[in-house]
Amino acid sequence: MFLINCPYCGERDQQEFKAGGEAHIERPKQPTELSDDEWAEYLFMRKNIKGVQFERWNHAHGCRKWFNMVRDTSNDEIKAIYKMGEKPPA
Amino acid sequence: MIKNLRVKSSEYIDETNRISFKFNGKTYHGFKGDTLASALLANDVHLVGRSFKYHRPRGIMTSGSEEPNAIVQVNPGTNRTEPNVRATEVEIYEGLEASSQNCWPSVEFDIGGINNFLSPFFPAGFYYKTFMWPASFWEKYEFFIRHSAGLGKSPTSNDPDIYDHRNIHCDVLVVGAGISGILAAKNAAKNNFKTLLVDEKNELGGSTIFENNKFNKIDNKTPSEWLKKEIEELKNIKNLEIKTRTSVAAYHQYNYLLARENLTDHLEAKDKTNKIRQRLLKIRAKKVILATGALERPLIFNNNDRPGIMLSSAIKKYSEFYGVACGSKNVFFTNNDSAYESALSLYNKGINVEAIIDIREQSESKIVKKVKEAGIKVYWSHTIVDTAGYKRLNGISIMKLSNDGTSVTGSKISISCDCLGVAGGWTPAVHLYTQSGSKLKFDEEKQIFLPNQNTSQQISVGSCGGDFKIDEIIKNLNQKLKDNLNIKETDLDNIKVEIDQENSKRNIWLLPSDKPLGKTKPFVDYQNDATAKDIKLALREGFRSIEHVKRYTTTGMGTDQGKLGNMHALGIIADTAGVKMGELGTTTFRPPYTPLTFGTIVGRNVGKFFDIFRRTPINDWHVENKAEFENVGQWKRAWYYPINGETMHQAVQRESKAARESAGILDASTLGKIDIQGSDASEFLNRVYTNAWSKLAVGKCRYGLMLNEDGMVYDDGVTTRLGENHYIMTTTTGGAANVLGKLEDYLQTEWPELDVYLTSVTDHYATASLCGPNSKNILKKIIPDLDLSDENFPHMSFKEAHIGNIQCRIMRISFTGEHSYEINVQASYGKDLWEKCIEAGKEFNITPYGTETMHLLRAEKGFIIVGQDTDGTMTPIDLQMDWIVSKKKYDFIGKRSLYRSDTMREDRKQLVGLLTDDPNIVLEEGAQIVSELNQSPVEMLGHVTSSYFSPNLKKSIALAVVRGGKDMMGKKLFVPMENKNINVTVANPVFYDEKNERLNA
Repeated sequence: MFLINCPYCGERDQQEFKAGGEAHIERPKQPTELSDDEWAEYLFMRKNIKGVQFERWNHAHGCRKWFNMVRDTSNDEIKAIYKMGEKPPA
Repeated sequence: MIKNLRVKSSEYIDETNRISFKFNGKTYHGFKGDTLASALLANDVHLVGRSFKYHRPRGIMTSGSEEPNAIVQVNPGTNRTEPNVRATEVEIYEGLEASSQNCWPSVEFDIGGINNFLSPFFPAGFYYKTFMWPASFWEKYEFFIRHSAGLGKSPTSNDPDIYDHRNIHCDVLVVGAGISGILAAKNAAKNNFKTLLVDEKNELGGSTIFENNKFNKIDNKTPSEWLKKEIEELKNIKNLEIKTRTSVAAYHQYNYLLARENLTDHLEAKDKTNKIRQRLLKIRAKKVILATGALERPLIFNNNDRPGIMLSSAIKKYSEFYGVACGSKNVFFTNNDSAYESALSLYNKGINVEAIIDIREQSESKIVKKVKEAGIKVYWSHTIVDTAGYKRLNGISIMKLSNDGTSVTGSKISISCDCLGVAGGWTPAVHLYTQSGSKLKFDEEKQIFLPNQNTSQQISVGSCGGDFKIDEIIKNLNQKLKDNLNIKETDLDNIKVEIDQENSKRNIWLLPSDKPLGKTKPFVDYQNDATAKDIKLALREGFRSIEHVKRYTTTGMGTDQGKLGNMHALGIIADTAGVKMGELGTTTFRPPYTPLTFGTIVGRNVGKFFDIFRRTPINDWHVENKAEFENVGQWKRAWYYPINGETMHQAVQRESKAARESAGILDASTLGKIDIQGSDASEFLNRVYTNAWSKLAVGKCRYGLMLNEDGMVYDDGVTTRLGENHYIMTTTTGGAANVLGKLEDYLQTEWPELDVYLTSVTDHYATASLCGPNSKNILKKIIPDLDLSDENFPHMSFKEAHIGNIQCRIMRISFTGEHSYEINVQASYGKDLWEKCIEAGKEFNITPYGTETMHLLRAEKGFIIVGQDTDGTMTPIDLQMDWIVSKKKYDFIGKRSLYRSDTMREDRKQLVGLLTDDPNIVLEEGAQIVSELNQSPVEMLGHVTSSYFSPNLKKSIALAVVRGGKDMMGKKLFVPMENKNINVTVANPVFYDEKNERLNA
């Protein structure tokens, strides 16, 4: 059970949060311009990395804010947390 | 005549407090402070159970939670009964009853014991190999296998006890209150860390508390005396909470630990009532100090499982702590000095020790000399090759061990004995450490797995960290505490320790016998009856991974999780396969460390607290009026209102007719309501709904369909424009939370530039939906000053009004196809509003109706219910709702997906109406639809999603999804059921009032 440092509320138990999958996948601005394959790439294709992964999380039972997390999936170490719109750490 | 094996009194046993208890129906006596195990041993009872597979007689092996054999059913036949309880952990109380498990008809005479003699036919993987053929027979085999196996019986009536959960946040959690744990907790608390110290036993002090060995001194006192003083001092320390009888079950990431605190299991039945039995502690600690100690290893030799064969350390504890002699002729078998300590302990209490068999060539430590001086015979370089005695050990045979330790030589010596203490060295209890995700390393010299690192969040101290001598323990503990807690001084700086311990050890994982391995029974996992032979067989059959060998042989898979034998299993695999232990790794240690009761896990969440539920503000009225309820998401919704013993069908038919003929009223408070405000609210709705919203005038309502990005229907509902920049959206009852979550997601992550704010107001409003031709007349009576003319208040529009002083929002919208109004008031006025409607509607026979009638009425109109007629694979086109998908809008959620090759297929399942040829037959929802009856295999075209008998149409109607259904209008299809085939015809899904004339009636 993670202890997650919500950028708006501080440290909270994982059960207050909802995981939202891979981060930094932007919804295409002009979907109609895309081929089926390009659209499918956006819609369905997600990485499942063993190692450092960028993820979206939502403080669903708290402030309801979405934020980003950098997590090592091999040991669940949370390496960084940053707000939506902020640049991911290098 | 029962032998009394109570020896010199112990300070931990209150001999003035005699307690009677029953074991296997027979009454015995013990004293307060005894465990079931110590009390049975004092009565010379060793045989307490039968093994799982061969039903071999088994006795008490240990004195702690690692016990593999002495597992009993406590209080059998009562509602408090509990199976698989370790006798070594049960504190006795007046009236305690316990019985053996896994034996029939009794532990003394067990029919299943025949398996022992048939054991050559039960090799590893026996079940896999034997019962594979014929496949269809598995169910029959399983019945008998389940019957003959099984550990214990679960209670058959409700648990009378109360269980609880508690969250604890602390700076430092110390697990284990042996010498290391006590010193760690004391120093942490003294340095202002909020500290919690837990131990699974009822007394603090671990094994040091009965360490009266005169060769080891701390500050010139015996370790026992010294530690008692330390424990006494704990009482005066602030910041320190101590919990005994508390076993840490799991160590999760981020220092989140679960522990079970046992509060009443040691009390008499009369003292258990109305108290919390067990409490689950959910601990979040900044730092964790593991001081879980070490478990003594047995030795693996032929017939090493007979009752009377115990761990050497357990014999010592029974003698020193409980004042019980485990036998009258004791022998020890060892590979290190531990057994000598146990032997001396017995000797000092006047208990006879016949001999010590040591596989080492020799040892010169003081304690060995002392044993020799006591006249105890020591057989160096010898090993036990066999043991005798079926229900109780009565002798052993020993032979000289060859230099390489793989065979025996010389002649056999027989020694008569009734108790054998085995000492195979110590295994650090690293279970919790590995559960936390940390990795182990193998120490080749000590032949143990050790914590590989101490992180900033946790340290392992004492013997679980690999320090076994008291001087090492204190020195290393001191340094670890200073480093980890960042403190300069501790109590430990000036402690003087004198010791005379030697760690010399000769490690042989599997000891040889004069018989070949195939003819011997060297048990590795006592509980699951896995022998060294089984492990070697698994290797011969090609298993290499330790995880595979474990599953194939079931080694370490019992309720004790192989706490005693796992190391030997690894050792035997490593030796046989010729690899190093470190390369082999270990099996995964999984929580819980010791079993948890279901009660502890669920805590207070039982009965009506099992799941949370929501009630509408009008709920009391429904209850008073005898409504039947159904669960919709977490809501309790009125389902139908039976009168005079009506069946559900009769009630629904009556309600449905009344709603269309005169007036009906529905509690619609559960619909999700989201308040949407902001200057970009219209643009936002344009993006989330399939239809256009920009031109919706203030005061108007519109039905909207929401898709997922994959083009599939996600939710639907009516949204009303309350003001220029203010909307209220309704969602389905079950979808409300998800819709809000999804909308927030888009707002925050994709469209942060939009000025829009979302607030869930579902619980803030109560909603009564008035419907039917007389709904207008009823509303007129309640709000006389509101102009209800079609010109002023047309269908799909909204008015603010007042009922007396109560402000309300009224939407003229309809889910039934009738002229109807949804009246929303502040939740606290909900019941008032409802009663006013009922009162005003009396003259019009206003009929309250529930969800079932609502479903029927909307099905007559062909209105979908998201989640019933859709299942996450239906596009609006599939639903024949093309009309609601804007062609003009550039984009909305899911739009692009409607043009994917797959979503544009003509032969997708599409929503259609179905009429049965016999109008009285009502189809079953979920029934399959086919076009051919005599084809095999037949193609399933789709299934029925909604089906009712319509009282207004006087026939059966159904909605269904059918492959290519759009183009099948009028086609005859079949619904094959178990006993009959039902002929159906594809029809328009709008069965009633196709022209919507009734909306304005």
